[in-house]
Amino acid sequence: MANYYQPEIETASREQIKAWQDERLVKTVERVWNNCEYYKNKMKAHGVEPGDIKSTEDLWKLPFVTKDDLRDAYPYGLMSAPLSDCVRIQSTSGTTGKRVVAFYTQNDINLWEDCCARAIMAVGGTKEDVVQVAYGYGLFTGGAGMHGGSHKVGCLTLPMSSGNTERQLQFMCDLGATIICCTPSYAAYLAENIHEKGLRDQIKLKAGIFGAEAWTEEMRRDIQAQLGLKAYDIYGLTELSGPGVSFECEEQTGMHINEDHFIAEIIDPKTGKVLPEGEKGELVFTSITKEAFPLLRYRTKDICVLSRKPCSCGRTHIKMSKPMGRSDDMLIVKGVNVFPSQIEMVLLNKGLTANYQIVVDRQGHSDSIEVKVEMTPELFSDKINHITEVEKEITEALKAVLGIYAKVTIVEPKSIVRSEGKAVRVIDKRNLYNN
Amino acid sequence: MTISQLSVFAENKAGAICEVTNTLAEAGIDIRAFNVAETKDFGILRLIVNDAEKAKKALAEKECVVSITDVIGVVVPDAPGGLAKVLSAVNGINVEYIYAFVSVSGSHAYVVLRVDDNDAAIKVLKDAGFNLLSDDIVKKM
Repeated sequence: MANYYQPEIETASREQIKAWQDERLVKTVERVWNNCEYYKNKMKAHGVEPGDIKSTEDLWKLPFVTKDDLRDAYPYGLMSAPLSDCVRIQSTSGTTGKRVVAFYTQNDINLWEDCCARAIMAVGGTKEDVVQVAYGYGLFTGGAGMHGGSHKVGCLTLPMSSGNTERQLQFMCDLGATIICCTPSYAAYLAENIHEKGLRDQIKLKAGIFGAEAWTEEMRRDIQAQLGLKAYDIYGLTELSGPGVSFECEEQTGMHINEDHFIAEIIDPKTGKVLPEGEKGELVFTSITKEAFPLLRYRTKDICVLSRKPCSCGRTHIKMSKPMGRSDDMLIVKGVNVFPSQIEMVLLNKGLTANYQIVVDRQGHSDSIEVKVEMTPELFSDKINHITEVEKEITEALKAVLGIYAKVTIVEPKSIVRSEGKAVRVIDKRNLYNN
Repeated sequence: MTISQLSVFAENKAGAICEVTNTLAEAGIDIRAFNVAETKDFGILRLIVNDAEKAKKALAEKECVVSITDVIGVVVPDAPGGLAKVLSAVNGINVEYIYAFVSVSGSHAYVVLRVDDNDAAIKVLKDAGFNLLSDDIVKKM
């Protein structure tokens, strides 16, 4: 028996969903035009006015919003509600220079938490459940979103936040947590610890909601086997609210997008042209119920496929595949967004050349990142400790910028493989995507 | 009086040292002494050769990172207690690293010292009666 939080919405007819989208899109376009100078100018420059947008069929007429827009308009430029109506900000994880801040009115939070509540109920959650939220709390959306969703369902909520594995395990066992929310790599780490400590018999988990980073079907199988639960994917972006933009149901064959709040498109990342359903391309979202921070045609850079095939769970909302890659060079390491350009900036600041290589790997289910840089005559010394000191300085500078530890290795000049004269910047050995 | 030591960066990987020695062989360089300091990821080769400038040029052409460091070469009787006397003399001066070599042509050993303060070390060693090597002597060994 399927378990819905808002059955009338989640199983609404396609016609009803389309009607909601048409009406809400028009209202959102008016809202940004009237309330946000940045949007108004952007639309004018693109030769489009609110009157041109009468339904979702006109969506293509709107210009895309990209991360560059968010950066240009930082911090308040894209706010589309009076500051006095806004009650919260959240922000993206750990990246300097590309940090995104998103604003919420109380109503925005309310709707966001509805989306998270749908995700919890879709994995079988009820008010009898004990939900352990092991996503980070604070600026990161993971903790706040799932916490709010869990409250809405009426679950007993354990606001653990991330880290402190000993305490996570103690509460998980003592309080009998039945649903856990965290990143898939942390779930894998918890599974290892549970195995090592022989706690498998003491845990009562039945479902896990894992998101904020890419993971494969193999990883799902491992986590399910090790923790004896069903592992579900959840998708979201701070730019759009946070987790719960889409979520998996019991079928585990893709994530239902909450189409009453978000319109999804797939475009060709090179031409920007909208692709027919079923084709692989870049996912673009328009948020149609947000007050403080609505985004029109936001390019996620995630590559995936949409499907309207009827789902056995009864939900009528369109499904997206797990992301199959990125259309930019962003890496997600340990749940943190890393751009090669950030690493390059640190190296250049330290007097190193731009010949570097980033090697991302995964041991077990734990990510590691290594930055290889070429030795230069200026850096070189006959003393070992001078060189290790430089390594240490770079490591610390990277930590400050990325928010995670990256191992620094100094290699011989010209030893980083170049193709057509350019160094190959990123080697990702993780095979994150099931393509 | 100091001698020129060649310092070469090498990654900790198979064949790294071989590449350096092959290059020196091709350039007709005679190696007098050889020392490697290593970490998990990389090493520094330190060499005393007959012609440091020529060796540096040959290595630089092969894209090696190489530098010349002034170190002190101390002539020590090749007998028990030789090294101990050198270290006693420089007691109080910070020694970064030290290695030794012998030459087929005599009854002497040579101790190479890398110190923070060459002038101070040279003075105490001379005061203690030691003879020091020069690049000219090294060339003719």
